[in-house]
Amino acid sequence: MARIMLRDMEKGQAGTITAIKVAGGLGRRVREMGLVPGTTIKIQGRAPLYDPVALRVMGGTLTLRNNEADFIEVEVEDPAAG
Amino acid sequence: MSKSFKIALAGNPNAGKTTLFNRLTGARQHVGNYPGVTVEKKEGIYNSPSGARVNIVDLPGTYSLTAYSVEEVVARDFLVHEKPRVVIDIADASNLERHLYLTCQFLELGVPVVIALNMIDVARDRGIAIETDKLAEMLGVPVIPVSARSGEGVTELMRVVEEVARADKDWQPVHIAYGEDIDNAILEMEERLAARSFLAELYAPRWLALKYLENDEQIVARGRSFAAEHGLAEVAEYLEGKVATVGKHLMATMETYPEAIVADHRYGYIKSILRQGVVTHTYDEDRLYTSDRIDRVLTSRIFGPLIMLAVLLGLYHFTFSYSEVPVGWLESLFGTVSAFLDRHMAEGPLKSLVISGVIDGVGGVMGFVPIIMFMFFGIAILEDTGYLARVAFMMDRVFRIFGLHGSSVMAYIISGGIAGGCAVPGVMATRTLRSPRERMATLLTAPFMNCGAKLPVLALMIGAFFSNNRAQIMFLLTLLAWAVALIVAKFLRLTVLRGEPTPFVMELPPYRFPTFRGLAIHTWEKTWQYIRKAATVILGASILIWATMTFPGLPEAQKAEFQEQRRAVVADYLGSATAADDPGEVEFPPELSAELAAIEAARAEEALLHSLAGRVGSGFEKISWLAGFDWRTNIALVGGFAAKEVIISTLGTAYSLGEVAPEEGDSSLSRTLANDPGWSKIKAFSLILFVMFYSPCFVTVVCIVKEAGSWKWGAFSMAFNTLFAFLLATGVYQLGRALGLGG
Repeated sequence: MARIMLRDMEKGQAGTITAIKVAGGLGRRVREMGLVPGTTIKIQGRAPLYDPVALRVMGGTLTLRNNEADFIEVEVEDPAAG
Repeated sequence: MSKSFKIALAGNPNAGKTTLFNRLTGARQHVGNYPGVTVEKKEGIYNSPSGARVNIVDLPGTYSLTAYSVEEVVARDFLVHEKPRVVIDIADASNLERHLYLTCQFLELGVPVVIALNMIDVARDRGIAIETDKLAEMLGVPVIPVSARSGEGVTELMRVVEEVARADKDWQPVHIAYGEDIDNAILEMEERLAARSFLAELYAPRWLALKYLENDEQIVARGRSFAAEHGLAEVAEYLEGKVATVGKHLMATMETYPEAIVADHRYGYIKSILRQGVVTHTYDEDRLYTSDRIDRVLTSRIFGPLIMLAVLLGLYHFTFSYSEVPVGWLESLFGTVSAFLDRHMAEGPLKSLVISGVIDGVGGVMGFVPIIMFMFFGIAILEDTGYLARVAFMMDRVFRIFGLHGSSVMAYIISGGIAGGCAVPGVMATRTLRSPRERMATLLTAPFMNCGAKLPVLALMIGAFFSNNRAQIMFLLTLLAWAVALIVAKFLRLTVLRGEPTPFVMELPPYRFPTFRGLAIHTWEKTWQYIRKAATVILGASILIWATMTFPGLPEAQKAEFQEQRRAVVADYLGSATAADDPGEVEFPPELSAELAAIEAARAEEALLHSLAGRVGSGFEKISWLAGFDWRTNIALVGGFAAKEVIISTLGTAYSLGEVAPEEGDSSLSRTLANDPGWSKIKAFSLILFVMFYSPCFVTVVCIVKEAGSWKWGAFSMAFNTLFAFLLATGVYQLGRALGLGG
């Protein structure tokens, strides 16, 4: 178990969100889309230029820019296994 | 209760709201798959089997009721001000947890809710079972499983909606627990709000306190203006102060924000309900669905962009190749009508008005209806399948470089990024962009795209001068429009619109097979918009321009001079001064006819030059020759400000007035231009560039003014774009000439 930032997750890696470290418009939008502590996410893929990233969340797919993913801390099973 | 009542239809984007709305009302609406398409308010009537007349308002798709962009504000203001009898909250059954977040906020607001659990068939296929009765019981509102696509459950839904509407209960807000810190703050604020009747007419005190804690900018601003009006400044100060105190406390103790606690607890509430056996998954939740498998290919690093390019190129081939046949039919139809009237109408201003003003004007524009129809059909497929959202996803990294947002792609595409859109809805689509700067940059550059009205002009020039590679050139022009729009956007973001970038959080909707009904509605709607515009604005403009090109007429002395020239030529041939006044009644050898035709052409040109439009056009010629434009083109470009497609009708009018009438059956303007020695490829290209980038049409300018909130920006876009286009066209034309590509 380890806590890493969403940006550093590999494609196909899953984890549970532990913290969203941003307020304001971005924080609100991120949370209302279901990215709250306790939610499990899985990296579905990245755009051809490696940014934005596509996440599997609650049965749907969301996209975030890497610099936005930097505010999201995730607990992953085993960082090496990604 | 009366037989008529109002309800609202609400839900997350991509929940199937528009599909349900169309099913209920039968309205001819656009069905998209792209987040945030429904910005405007749509209404429709549903006649229930029991005879009630239900007025349904389709609210914009939102993820919450807290102000993030205009959509949330629109949705919430509607609920608060109009108090619909019922809100149908459409939620995606296969994505329930997230969709219930919005539901939570309806419950907190207290408005009577009926949940339409949509895509229940999709959920079943995915092995998701939902205990609707249990969910209904725990949320305290009816839950009806439906499939908006197939119509399953829709009748039952409306029966329950009617039942709830008939009960007509008072709003009953649900209280969700937000933890000690927030709950205490809410209680305290609520008390104060109630005591002072602060904004009490619109909002319940608890709801208002919660929005303050969520840091809802619109509510805070509304509170301030209410306080100022009613001398309650100390209440507004107290509320904002209280939120600040709670915020500081939460930051110090838990390193979090009030709005974060609120969202966390709402999801906690949802999870606590769903966990009690409401939802069961038969399969692994992480299972890859077809949609994800498709994405693995369509958004992959190498194939993704290649496929995207291929898809866009394919759209052009589809549009241009398949529409050729109906375009030909329409051209010959208008040619036949024109020829018929030419034979059977008496000479005079009326004939000129009908043939040169009305038929040439409208015919030139209507001839392109098939192209536009094919184009929109293709776009509808891309939109309704969900592919356009992937384009935004893949393009974002590029867009950010130019100081824009991934969502800018939508405004660009609607404006004509896939050629054939319209800058008017495109400019309006920028409402979904939250940052004022990115939004301004997008709405000022979106009109550079090749909209459906420029398309016929481009198609005309391409058809006349580059007919061997139509699709390729059209495709290159689209890429050029993108390049110019992006570079200019970057320029604006570095100069007049400097500032930080805005969040990109978006949903990728699952791929769906578009329904034929959806595609047909979409295509017909857009095409009809074009036809309607052609029939009203363009016809009016065409007649107006015909008038400015006909009046004032040549002075009598000049008319007599031309008459004399003709008489002299004929007399010379017949060797007698008593020849017939009308040379048309006598059979002449070809060389004489040609001579007479030349005189007639000179007369017509002289007449046009003498007219109001000719004076304006030749006035501009002093500058416009730098870009290769003569006065005829200038007149057409001035007319194009009314609407870009008017360029064609004006050129058509200008040429049928200023030239010898073309032989019967050869009435196509395209051929006239191609055969005109005054035109060349480089001149045509210069005109194409100018048309693409000069001032947006009047309607777009009005929209820019409305969206940007100031005439300054409308004036800016007119002046800036025209100057830019002129410099570009001049540069290309002069360079082309220097390289010997023709005069």
